[in-house]
Amino acid sequence: MSAGLMDWAGLMWMLMRALMQALVGWSDALLVALLVLPVLAMLLGFALGGRAAERIALWTLPLGLAVALAIGALVLHQGMPLEYAMGGWAPPLGVALRVDGLSAALLLTTALVITGVGLYARADFATPSGVAETRASLAFWTLLLGLWAALNAVFIGRDLFNLYVAIELLTFTAVPLVCLKGSPENLQAALRYLLFALLGSVLYLLGVALLYGAYGTLDIAQLAAAVRGSAEPAALVAVVLMTAGLLAKTALVPLHLWLPPAHAGAPAAASAVLSALVVKGSFYLIFKLWLDLLPPQYGQQIAQGLGALGALAILFGGVLAIRQTRLKMLIAYSTLAQLGYLFLVFPLVLSPVTLLAATGEGTPPAWTGGVLQLVSHAFAKASMFMGAGLIAIAMGHDRIGELGGLVRVLPVTLTAFALAGLSLMGLPPSGGFAAKWLLLRAGLETGQWWWMLVILGGGVLTGTYLYRVLAVAGFSGGESAPRPLQPVARSRELIVLGLALVSLLLGLLPLSSFEVLKIGREGDETAAVEALTQPAITGAVWP
Amino acid sequence: MSQITLYGLLGSALVGLGLYGLIVSADALRKLLAFNLLGSGVFLLFGVIARRGAGAGFSGDPIPQALVITGLVVAFAATALAVGLLVRLGETAGLEDVDDAPASPRSAAPEDAPGSAGGPQ
Amino acid sequence: MSVGIGLLTDVLLSGTVLMLGLWVILTADRLRAAIGFLIYGLLVALVWVRLGAPDVALTEAAIGGGMIGLLVLGASTRLPPEPPRSPGAPARPRRWILHVIAAALSATVALGLALVVLGLPEPAPSLAAAVAAELPATALENPVTGVLMAFRAVDTLFETVVLVLALIAFWSLIPDAGWSRRPDWLPLPHPPPALVLLARILLPIGVLVALHLFWIGASLPGGKFQAGALLAALWALVMVAGLARPIAATERLVRVLAVLGPLVFFVIGLGGLWLAGDFLAYPEGLEKPLIIIIEVVLMLSVAVMLGLILAGLPSADTAVRAPKARPGTEGQP
Repeated sequence: MSAGLMDWAGLMWMLMRALMQALVGWSDALLVALLVLPVLAMLLGFALGGRAAERIALWTLPLGLAVALAIGALVLHQGMPLEYAMGGWAPPLGVALRVDGLSAALLLTTALVITGVGLYARADFATPSGVAETRASLAFWTLLLGLWAALNAVFIGRDLFNLYVAIELLTFTAVPLVCLKGSPENLQAALRYLLFALLGSVLYLLGVALLYGAYGTLDIAQLAAAVRGSAEPAALVAVVLMTAGLLAKTALVPLHLWLPPAHAGAPAAASAVLSALVVKGSFYLIFKLWLDLLPPQYGQQIAQGLGALGALAILFGGVLAIRQTRLKMLIAYSTLAQLGYLFLVFPLVLSPVTLLAATGEGTPPAWTGGVLQLVSHAFAKASMFMGAGLIAIAMGHDRIGELGGLVRVLPVTLTAFALAGLSLMGLPPSGGFAAKWLLLRAGLETGQWWWMLVILGGGVLTGTYLYRVLAVAGFSGGESAPRPLQPVARSRELIVLGLALVSLLLGLLPLSSFEVLKIGREGDETAAVEALTQPAITGAVWP
Repeated sequence: MSQITLYGLLGSALVGLGLYGLIVSADALRKLLAFNLLGSGVFLLFGVIARRGAGAGFSGDPIPQALVITGLVVAFAATALAVGLLVRLGETAGLEDVDDAPASPRSAAPEDAPGSAGGPQ
Repeated sequence: MSVGIGLLTDVLLSGTVLMLGLWVILTADRLRAAIGFLIYGLLVALVWVRLGAPDVALTEAAIGGGMIGLLVLGASTRLPPEPPRSPGAPARPRRWILHVIAAALSATVALGLALVVLGLPEPAPSLAAAVAAELPATALENPVTGVLMAFRAVDTLFETVVLVLALIAFWSLIPDAGWSRRPDWLPLPHPPPALVLLARILLPIGVLVALHLFWIGASLPGGKFQAGALLAALWALVMVAGLARPIAATERLVRVLAVLGPLVFFVIGLGGLWLAGDFLAYPEGLEKPLIIIIEVVLMLSVAVMLGLILAGLPSADTAVRAPKARPGTEGQP
């Protein structure tokens, strides 16, 4: 038996190698496909309209997922980032794209979440028979594709103006998703979101102007080298302005006012992409600005400030989530709090202790922790919002106090909710646990105990608001089991469960496997390659 | 004072003015105008930077000039979306205020099912 | 001497622009603010001429001032009147403090920004020389068109995608019951005969000017966006005068025209991947004809999209008048 197995494995191995060899030749086309595929699908869907839009979108899901997988495999296989200059014009004159380990992970996260959302949304946004076209379905499918293209562009861009166009694309797809239902409350929420986002983009653009004026290039890598060469005051002012703008788009406290009504009021499938992915797009740019563009010693005081805002978001969002009476509002406030953790990365990575220690060693644990938080929250939150959508269909409402007996109506959905909750709380075994554990470790190593208190306090708050839901929904069912108002397809429940499981499974991977995220980070190339070639078990968090 | 200094000051002043309007205006349409004013200040700074980079026979660095053209189209798109939202909001709010409107067009907003998608049932 | 006059022009122009900006922010009435913004846009276009950027000046006049101004002007007439400032005392003092804080913050930002901009390094970094060196390879003479269609073509491509998505987003606001109806923002119920005559006269002249603007874009200032905006404005005028009816969102033909530009751009870009080795690269010798093809279809698509947005949305009023209409059941071509 073992010999047969060996042959089989050997065959698979050779097939994989051949596939990889073939992929290497296609790497440029794959990079371009990340942008072209969803945009072309969007254009065709809009032109043909009606059912065609939905059909095209659904066909694009597996194709886009395959492209993201192939890109990830290529980056992993080559152990170095993929780069591409559009039109053959190299920066600074032209615009280049780049996929490193982190981008590849985010592209894959995006593809998986959007695939889940697309399959889930079929039931909500199908065009009913006898009708040629409905507004909501045409808008939803085309906007979903546009949003995918925008996110891909954000994650692979390395030209600051090109990234500006990408985040604007993201805004113009996200805002209409908020008010797809068209009620005055939705329109109000969308308008508020749009105004915050527009202030954000114009501040970002101002920073772009200053950086170009000071250095004559918009390419992030070239700018980083130039800033290291000569530190103009304009550079810091520009990055601060851009960060302020991006914070408004990421909804960090105190620029958070727009988020809860927008994310809670949108249709469930839209809420899922908004909370899981859209706010991460602008966060990713902040991450790039402070950790890739500026030299680390620039940002230490401001990093403490960003950390403080993050801490405020964790505590404030947590307390407000506890006080919500509607499930979707609770989940939206939870997003506010979970985004806060991402900002703890800045003081932890940019602390003098880390910087001294990292000179030879590469990327600090807080960096990995932040990325892991971003990814696991994406899966967990997509699952929760879509779960809440199913709950609202089955129960006819989403008032938390009246969810009694939900466990008998939608057991799978409630299980998914609990599993995703583990990740948000940071309990093992989950991606959220690994993330928060790494952040705690970084707090300990850098002697910044105050952030550790915030992380632990945030976990308690998260536990409290999730317990409120689970206690009512899971245990106080009463004798007579409630009946669902409308049946919920089992397949939709399984999508919700699947996303929650991904968020959980991220925590079961050995820590050293996250070294692949660091492919293409300066000074980390060798570390990443070594990690790949070793059987990686040693770094596991738990036995 | 040179031309570049003058327009640099103008661009900065417009950015400040737009920011002020964006913060203090209570009315969303006025906020939108303030946003466009702020945007034009930013574009002018691009213009100043382009002018500083004049050379090679060009009256300005063509790269920032081209960026402004792209930026203007994006600003138009943003304004279009905001105007659409504003007008729709005005209509729905207007209908809410006027009680004698024969039927509410808000049928797509079932009160108690925020999770279910609007539109097709 | 001539330098002195030039600077005097700049000082007067800057002063007027700033005054108009103040007017837009401070005037009490929406409509007046919107009209102020239209004039402001035209004057900013003059600033661009003074800054040696005629391409941007045309775009600013057409899109920055013209299209955006028209949209805001239209909106200001369609919105319910602003609520009168409440005479209630309790809200006042907090409002006052907000104004002071906002003013202090804005002044700080403006001042800091001015310091940074005026303190940018000398000699100014510039890519003018690089553009000049590579421009012959694009077969274009206008450097800005070279940047938009070759060096940074991907931005231009994505910007047209932004317009398509803006149109989708805009149309997603149509009330469900009005999905297949024609938008009703523009047509006047009784257009004055003088306006109809004006529209009839301006239409052929405007189209000729637009085509001229477009054609010179390869070598002189001008190009697809400016020409497209002019065509859209003409279309809007024709709709206002009642010479053509606005088109409903369900009409497939306009959607096809809207996506045609970006679609052709993508196809030629992908062809570049095949024939010239790179996405958005043009095969040698074919640069000029391919760029002209892209610009023609882009101009058409830009004109259609801007015109459709200017035409507005079907209002909820009509939806109320005919509440039984089922969404999407009518209006199929």
